[in-house]
Amino acid sequence: MSATTDNYEHLVNAEYEHGFVTEIESDTLPPGLNEQVIRTISTRKQEPALMTEWRLAAYRHWCEMPAPNWAAIQHPPIDFQAISYFSAPKQTPKLNSLDEVDPRLLDTYNKLGIPLEEQKVLANVAVDAVFDSVSVATTFRSKLAEVGVIFCSISEAIRDHTELVMRYLGTIVPPSDNFYAALNAAVFTDGTFVYIPKHTRCPMELSTYFRINAAKTGQFERTLIIADEGSYVSYLEGCTAPQRDENQLHAAVVELIAMDDATIKYSTVQNWYPGDENGRGGIYNFVTKRGECRGARSKISWTQVETGSAITWKYPSCILRGDDAIGEFYSVAVTRGCQQADTGTKMIHLGRNTRSTIVSKGISAQRGQQSYRGLVRIAAKAEQARNHTQCDSLLIGDRCAAHTFPYIEVKNPTARMEHEATTSKISADQLFYCQSRGLSEEDAVSMIVNGFCKQVFNELPMEFAVEAQKLLSISLEGAVG
Amino acid sequence: MLSIKGLRANVGDKEILHGLDLEIGAGEIHAIMGPNGSGKSTLAHVLSGRDGYTVTAGSAELNGVNLLALEPEQRAHLGLFLAFQYPVELPGVNNTYFLKAALNAIRRARGESEYDAVAFMRLMKEKLRVLHLDESLLKRPVNFGFSGGEKKRNEIFQMALLEPKLAILDETDSGLDIDALRIVADGVNACRSPERSMMVVTHYQRLLDYIQPDYVHVLAHGQIIRSGGKELALELEERGYGWIEQVTEVAA
Repeated sequence: MSATTDNYEHLVNAEYEHGFVTEIESDTLPPGLNEQVIRTISTRKQEPALMTEWRLAAYRHWCEMPAPNWAAIQHPPIDFQAISYFSAPKQTPKLNSLDEVDPRLLDTYNKLGIPLEEQKVLANVAVDAVFDSVSVATTFRSKLAEVGVIFCSISEAIRDHTELVMRYLGTIVPPSDNFYAALNAAVFTDGTFVYIPKHTRCPMELSTYFRINAAKTGQFERTLIIADEGSYVSYLEGCTAPQRDENQLHAAVVELIAMDDATIKYSTVQNWYPGDENGRGGIYNFVTKRGECRGARSKISWTQVETGSAITWKYPSCILRGDDAIGEFYSVAVTRGCQQADTGTKMIHLGRNTRSTIVSKGISAQRGQQSYRGLVRIAAKAEQARNHTQCDSLLIGDRCAAHTFPYIEVKNPTARMEHEATTSKISADQLFYCQSRGLSEEDAVSMIVNGFCKQVFNELPMEFAVEAQKLLSISLEGAVG
Repeated sequence: MLSIKGLRANVGDKEILHGLDLEIGAGEIHAIMGPNGSGKSTLAHVLSGRDGYTVTAGSAELNGVNLLALEPEQRAHLGLFLAFQYPVELPGVNNTYFLKAALNAIRRARGESEYDAVAFMRLMKEKLRVLHLDESLLKRPVNFGFSGGEKKRNEIFQMALLEPKLAILDETDSGLDIDALRIVADGVNACRSPERSMMVVTHYQRLLDYIQPDYVHVLAHGQIIRSGGKELALELEERGYGWIEQVTEVAA
């Protein structure tokens, strides 16, 4: 037992001293973006020349593109030359003890039930050893390797599995896809790569949980998940660590590929720093997520709970190319304070008998602004395609707003489309009713909101569902009135 | 149990209750009757702490505790219950879950142990049996898509479960047909106990055929203008509210 502990201590110390700290000191580039910066990133990451060229092509394309302005969001223009493109996302000073941490942040951690040691890691307090993370990471690795699953950072994958990565990278979200996808392709610094071999059910839920690698994840992550024939994987992306930075751009790209009979379930709980009550600070979360059901009978399911970010611009989509493929999108998005969210999905039906389900639940409080933007397209060859869309908005107070922009394009007469939408409001009557039964106002709000979101929470893996519920009640604390 | 002295309350600038006095003892049922606009619902709302009313004078105490200084949920913790005239719908909130949360919140506030899922289920089933209600009620969202009669029955079910010390029934008879009225009244009667007082607010004598009050009070222009036994209700039914208002004016 003690021998094992010693090993871990050694491991952790080594990683901590030589990995984390020196990386920050030596690898932070000055702000600005040009071809030289991209070459430097590529060199530092020891990438093959092929990859460098790929990045440069994306950069050249990006230079020609205008920033998109069609979304129902407002923000001052972003100065892309003022951003440093190779650095850890946060460089807050190392603190010596939890006493130096913003008490509001600690309060949030306590409410989330995060253990003390993890709180220290999250708050960037120096910790001697984090046994859990290391042991979790190493047991993960060996257990996954036994069944042939590759689960590593994208930088590692580009070096060690170059051929595999280059075969798929950018095939779902091409660098030229949109402004932020092009920027990401040029400068992405980290992210996750997953490959599930044929006829393999991934033995555990994979996750880039903050406790494992978010401390070093860049602002421009790139995730690529490939599920080969007949395989299954459930991937969890948790961004629950509140951040305290100024407005910060977060432009990630996620690509999923499901072959014949493969299933990918992708769950996100996003709680980036939303800015303060007056809309100062907070993350600009401009993310492109897309999955392709390439094979017959394949399935991709997106579930997201979005409570953070100053601005969210995100449309996890499915291209249903294989016959009998299934696409799903379940979403809960909360906007409060001055948060803005323009989010939704695209379901592109190309194959026969393809089916898609969209359930979107939007909650707006205080001055929160929210838009659902969705596209369901049935191509001419997609015989017997089916879609069901349900789009509900819940308003709390009278200064927030919800908008919906559903687009439907049907080119095949055999398609069956259903669209349901509701808008409701938490009323003073509902709150008084709950209170007269002995419940506090906050419990009442959380009960009504959770009731509203139940359908989506049911889709989340168990631990995430519990966390999402807690997160939601924390987010909405004091949002009434 | 309940002691109201010189209670004055406004809605906006308009005074609705003009110095109301009322004493309700333990185990007693008091009927509050009166014409539209006399302040019956205002009284029920002021006692339970609904927003939108300003108390300008007087007091209301439940077992010696000043109700008016408390939040609505704190009044519930003390044992006050309001059966709503128009029960509110809570879409997506399961009835069982709601009631368990409410009962446990009350028990927690009183320093009592909370019910676990099994014990709570047993309690619910027992109450359902006493009130002759259908179990399907438990699986549905609170009042959502309920008929008028079902909503009122659900209110009585909640009362039975939360076991209040003082229950205020605000026009529980409104909108009920005669069969539903009987079912609701039977439920109320099943909840009668020497430790439980009730204030039954109603327009009509009809409800009092089924729920026998100990006292009847007539409320007009924000004051109790006459009190008596249950025979007063019958007299009102026969002669109308106009009669009693005239008598009172002459006396004044």
